[in-house]
Amino acid sequence: MVSPLVCVKRVVDSSSEVVLTEDGQGVDGRFAGFTTSAHEECAVELAVRIAADGGGGATVLTLGDADAVEQLRSALAVGCTAATHVLADPQAFGPADVAREIAAVVRDHAAAGTPHDLVLLGNDAADSGDFQVGIRLAYELGWPVVNGVSAVSVDGGVVTASGSGPDGHETFRLPLPAVVTVLEGGVEPRYPTVPGRMKARKAPIEEREPAAEPVGPSRVRLVLPPPSPSTVQVLGEGPAAAPAVVDLLEQLGVLAR
Amino acid sequence: MILVLVEVSPAGEAVETSREAITFARDLAAAGGGVPIDAVLVGTPDDALVGVLAAHGVRRIHALTGAAYDSFSGAAWAAGVEQVRAGAGSVVVMASGTPRGNEVLAHLGARAAVPMAANVVSFGGLSPFTVTRQVVGGAALEEMQLSQRPALFTVAGHAVEARPADTHGAGELVVETPEVPDADLVARVVSTDEPEPDLSGTLKSAKVVVGAGRGAGSAEGFDDLLELADLLDASLGVSRVVTSLGWRPHHEQVGQTGSRISPDLYIPCGISGAIQHWAGCSSAKAILAINTDPDAPMVTKATHAVIGDLHEVIPAVNAEIRRRRG
Repeated sequence: MVSPLVCVKRVVDSSSEVVLTEDGQGVDGRFAGFTTSAHEECAVELAVRIAADGGGGATVLTLGDADAVEQLRSALAVGCTAATHVLADPQAFGPADVAREIAAVVRDHAAAGTPHDLVLLGNDAADSGDFQVGIRLAYELGWPVVNGVSAVSVDGGVVTASGSGPDGHETFRLPLPAVVTVLEGGVEPRYPTVPGRMKARKAPIEEREPAAEPVGPSRVRLVLPPPSPSTVQVLGEGPAAAPAVVDLLEQLGVLAR
Repeated sequence: MILVLVEVSPAGEAVETSREAITFARDLAAAGGGVPIDAVLVGTPDDALVGVLAAHGVRRIHALTGAAYDSFSGAAWAAGVEQVRAGAGSVVVMASGTPRGNEVLAHLGARAAVPMAANVVSFGGLSPFTVTRQVVGGAALEEMQLSQRPALFTVAGHAVEARPADTHGAGELVVETPEVPDADLVARVVSTDEPEPDLSGTLKSAKVVVGAGRGAGSAEGFDDLLELADLLDASLGVSRVVTSLGWRPHHEQVGQTGSRISPDLYIPCGISGAIQHWAGCSSAKAILAINTDPDAPMVTKATHAVIGDLHEVIPAVNAEIRRRRG
C-alpha cells in the first residue's frame, strides 16, 4: 500500500495584476485571485493515481492562512482522501521553514499510524519560485529526492520517475521512502466531479499550529519592476494591416527564403 | 573567491546561461575588489572549453571526475561542488537558473543550512550582501539578504548578456575526484532515452515563434497559424490555456511553467499577455502582437501590433507573403 503526501500552495493567479502590500512584504490579496501552483496540480494528480494503484490514500497538505483551505478542498474534490492544514502566515515562512513543517507532519502522521512513504511537491511555487522546499524536506527526513520530473510510478517499494533533462528524457529509480518534485506537463489534472465537490465540502481537515517559529525568507522587501514605457508601433487594423506586417517581416530579415 | 557551477552541453561546450553566470560573477568580483573567479564542472573539459572559460576571466577550472559523475545525481554534484568550495575557500557559489543549477545549489543550501536565492537579476550591495531576484514569474522582484556563508544564488536566464572578459583568466585546469557517499548516489539517472527528444528544443532555439492563445478558438483554429509558422520557418508556441484545453501539446507551451524563449521575433496572436506567459517570452528581441483588444498587456508591451481578429489578419498576412514570393 502506498499513501503519498502531496503538498500544495495557494498562490496568486498569474492572470492577476500584482499589487504589493504597503510594507513590501507580500502580494496584496485584496487585488488578486488565487489558485494552486500549476506544478502542484500535476503532483496532486500523480498522488491520486499512485494511491489508487497502490491501494492507499493520498493526503494533501498546505501551509497557509485560513483561505488556503480552498486549495485543500480542491485536492479533496479530485481524489485526495485526507487533508492537513498548517495554519500560518505563509509570507513569514522561508523555504527551510516550510520544509521543517512538512517534515513535522510526516513524522507526526507516522507516529499516529498513518505513515507516508512518498512526498510529492511542485518543483517550484508560482509566487516565490524558490526551487528548494522539496530538497530541504528530503534532507530534513534523510530521504532521497529527485526533482523536476513529469511522470512518477511506484512498484514494489521502488519509485520510477522521469522527465526531460539536458541530454534527453531521464529516468530515475529510487527506493521508498522518497521525495519527488513534479513539473507540469506529464499528466492532465482531472476536473472535479459534482459528487467529488460535494464530498470535499464536508471532508474533515486536520488543522495544526506550526511546529516551530519560522526563521523567515531572508526577504528585505518586494518591489515592482519599473514600468517600461509603451513604445508599441501599431501597424494597422484587421486584414488591411497585412502589407505593413510583411514589410516588417522583411525589415527584420525573417522572410527571406 | 567566487565559484561558478558551469554546465557543459553534450557537445562539450559551456552552455550560454553558464557563460552569463560567469559574466555576472565578474561584475560581482569587481565590486568586491577583484576577487578571483573559479569554475567547477562535471567531466574533463577539452582545450577549447578551457580556452573559452579563460577568455571569460576564469582563474581555475575544477573538473569533477570519477564514477560518481557518470550519470546525474543532484546530491552527488552538490557533494563534489561542496568539496571544491571548501578546498578553495570560496564564500560565494553561483550557477545559472536552469533546472540543474537550481537543483544543485538547493542541495548545497540544505547541506549548509543557509539560504539560496533563485533567479537573481542583480546585486544591490556587498555589505550586507543583497541580491534582487525574480518572483511571481517576473511580475515582482524580491530583494534578499544573503548574509550567511557561503552565499548561494542562481542567475536568471538573460539577466546579463554573456561576454568575454577584458582580461583573460589563467584558466588553470585542476582535475578532482571527490569522495561521494553512497547515500548521495541513491537518486541518480538510471537511463537517458535519446529516441524521445526534448520536443520543446526547437521552440527554445527558434529565431521566430508564432504564438497562439485562447483567441485561436479551438483545436481546429490553428491551420492559418501553422501555415504562417511554415512560411517563416518558425516554431509554434502557445499559452497555458491552450494546453489546458487540450488544443495543443504541453511541449509547445511558452511561459512560467513552459518554455522560456528568446527569438528574434515573437508573434503572439490572440494572447492577452498574462504574467505567466510574459515570463516566458519577455526576452524576445521584437514582439508583433495581433489582438482584438488594443489595451491587452501583450499589445501595450509589444514593439509592434495589429489590432484585429487573428482569423482575419493571419490569412491576409499569409496571402501577402505568398503574393510577394510569386
